[in-house]
Amino acid sequence: MNTNILIVGVGGQGTLLASVLLGNLALKYGYDVKLSEVHGMAQRGGSVVTHVKISDKKVGSPLIEEGEADIILAFESLEAYRWLPYLRKGGSMYVNTQQILPMPVIMGNAEYPQDIEKVLGDNAGNLKAFDALSIAEDAGSDKAVNIVLLGAASSALPFSEEAWMEVIEENVKSKFIEMNKFAFIKGQQA
Amino acid sequence: MSAEKTEKKIMLGNEAFARGAWESGVKVVSSYPGTPSTEVTETLAKYDGIHVEWAPNEKVGVETAMGASLGGARALSCMKHVGLNVAADPFYTAAYTGVNGGFVVLVADDNGCHSSQNEQDSRFHGRSAGVPVLEPADAQECKDFMKLAYDISEKYDTVVLMRSNTRISHSRGVVALGEKTEHELIPYEKNPQKYVAMPAMARKLHVAQEERLEQIAADSCEWEINDVQMSDNQSIGIITSGICYQYAKEALPDASFLKLGIVNPLPKNLIKDFASNVDKLYVIEEGMPFIEEQIRSWGVAVAGGKDMFTIQGEYTANGIREAFGEDPAEVGIHTEDAPGRPPLLCSGCPHRGLFYVLSKLKTRVFGDIGCYTLSALPPLAAMDTTLCMGASIGMAHGFEMATADKENTVAVLGDSTFLHSGITGLINMSYNGAKGTVIILDNRITGMTGHQQNPATGKNIRGEEAPMVDLGEICRACGVKHVVEIDPFDIDDLEKVIKEETSRDELSVIITKRPCALIVKQPNVPYEVTDSCKNCRMCMKIGCPAIEMKDDRPFIVAERCVGCDLCARVCPFDAIRCAKATNN
Repeated sequence: MNTNILIVGVGGQGTLLASVLLGNLALKYGYDVKLSEVHGMAQRGGSVVTHVKISDKKVGSPLIEEGEADIILAFESLEAYRWLPYLRKGGSMYVNTQQILPMPVIMGNAEYPQDIEKVLGDNAGNLKAFDALSIAEDAGSDKAVNIVLLGAASSALPFSEEAWMEVIEENVKSKFIEMNKFAFIKGQQA
Repeated sequence: MSAEKTEKKIMLGNEAFARGAWESGVKVVSSYPGTPSTEVTETLAKYDGIHVEWAPNEKVGVETAMGASLGGARALSCMKHVGLNVAADPFYTAAYTGVNGGFVVLVADDNGCHSSQNEQDSRFHGRSAGVPVLEPADAQECKDFMKLAYDISEKYDTVVLMRSNTRISHSRGVVALGEKTEHELIPYEKNPQKYVAMPAMARKLHVAQEERLEQIAADSCEWEINDVQMSDNQSIGIITSGICYQYAKEALPDASFLKLGIVNPLPKNLIKDFASNVDKLYVIEEGMPFIEEQIRSWGVAVAGGKDMFTIQGEYTANGIREAFGEDPAEVGIHTEDAPGRPPLLCSGCPHRGLFYVLSKLKTRVFGDIGCYTLSALPPLAAMDTTLCMGASIGMAHGFEMATADKENTVAVLGDSTFLHSGITGLINMSYNGAKGTVIILDNRITGMTGHQQNPATGKNIRGEEAPMVDLGEICRACGVKHVVEIDPFDIDDLEKVIKEETSRDELSVIITKRPCALIVKQPNVPYEVTDSCKNCRMCMKIGCPAIEMKDDRPFIVAERCVGCDLCARVCPFDAIRCAKATNN
């Protein structure tokens, strides 16, 4: 068992919580796990990436390199495109189709790539691109995009639904637990 | 150790450092926040029964911890790499005097400049000062090495430098927890020969320091943290340490390894022994050739080091494979054409008002270190310089002294940065007849490092009430006659004040007061662009992440707008209004 999950998005979207949930699930199942994350300046609206490496053997390097990710969870379209080279051949991608324009695009100095979904589809073994933001909002908070995406990807991961619910209970503030559980289930159905 | 629990937890490297210090019975922790080191001290503040504090800067932190060590406690001071420069003065001489209670200085380097102004290699500080430097390679080792560091500190009577970096501090891994061992205060005894570093004493202390380093270099050849892994393949031997071990082991699983846990002093005999047992010796270390050059200086042949690897940035397993002649990893698609996504000031950020005005006035801005450094990026592009903590004031002063030109020129720095090391610069300006203008951004928090309290916020690290430094009064006490406090979102008044103060023939300070938008929540009622919009795009000049172009006109993305109303204030046509204000 060896699963590399790359979580990418825009600073402030909640990629850290997603990785912490995955890490704790792996621990519950007795796997070794390493996560590597971004703090500080890049968190202020910059491109952020969190690496999650799970294995039944000891994990060495905490970094996933190009062509090594089994799964990419992308919280934003352009970030999905940016990190696509990290997906292994035949790997799976779960993408929130929301677009957040970076400042160079807003200022007209760069163009947001067209047809991102097509490029992703042509290159990923399995692509699920959907509006996770709307689902999160329906579930109760636009901040729950992370949980919706985890729900969508959960079928590709070796963890039971009970374990997912448990890890949400253990790592989410009590007043948001029910909302996040609901968002997870909505993500599963997406 | 038999009572040790085997409970396992996922921990950030920095949390594991904190846990290790706590399990070692650390009693006093004094630090200044700095990415990537901040969470060590924040985590320790969650443990009861120890004194944990944010000091105004790293020098005070190290001096405080040194005093605590003299008092017989186990003490810790944490900082980012550049913080060790600020603390270098006490650090270098504490390295002579030695300690009473165990004393560890933790420094986190930033290979790759994730959140810093340089890639300083702090191992050189450790060698130059003459203290042992430990370097863990994962979260478990962060905890284990911290415990070892306290034992080394007390056994050899020395400060110990714990060297981390971004990838160690900000990676999480599984950590087996241990029990806390209580550590009784070691009684303090007056000993001026040891603790008064006057020249006559210092010369003797230096001799003692050299002896203990030689002892450590000999003893550490037996330490488990220096791990010799001889494989069947002895044609390639790798010497490495810290995070590079992880990359190298993944890239070259069949090679023989010497993984160093202590990188200063180097365990010379162990290294020579390892070198003699392999055909070709390679040194893999990020940053400068610290280990490599020492090994070469002993006459040991090194087949590859910095001639194969860069001194820049972070390494990867793929990069190491390629350096050893493997074909590059096959990548199906390249996406380098993806537009960059630089970080930017948050929606609602109080700094945006000030930098909009400075940008409009084309003011020369000597900048500093903090969130506001992001205003150097377009469209605000409102900063001329960023050097180090507090440098804005000294540089503005020097520029004025050189050119006699202070027109439309300001030094800009945050509240925490001002207290860290800007205040001495202001005293210098006042004392030496400067007529410039300093702007202190008082957002009631230390922002960029993740919202730490500081002496101007009225709260301590645990969130308890604390005396609040009055920034205006401090400036007046330094001899500044003109101190103006203003809301940076009152952009018309602010413009007037900046023009007035920068053209005044006397030293002045402007304090912009508005709390960080992530701390004091904004109304969160989004604004919208109405039909009155003449498409002049003034609102695009503030660089707000919530304003985009849609159908060639400015458009406010409701879920990203926090309702700060700055865009409405800059709009000359009253065309931006609160989306729910129609009934007003």
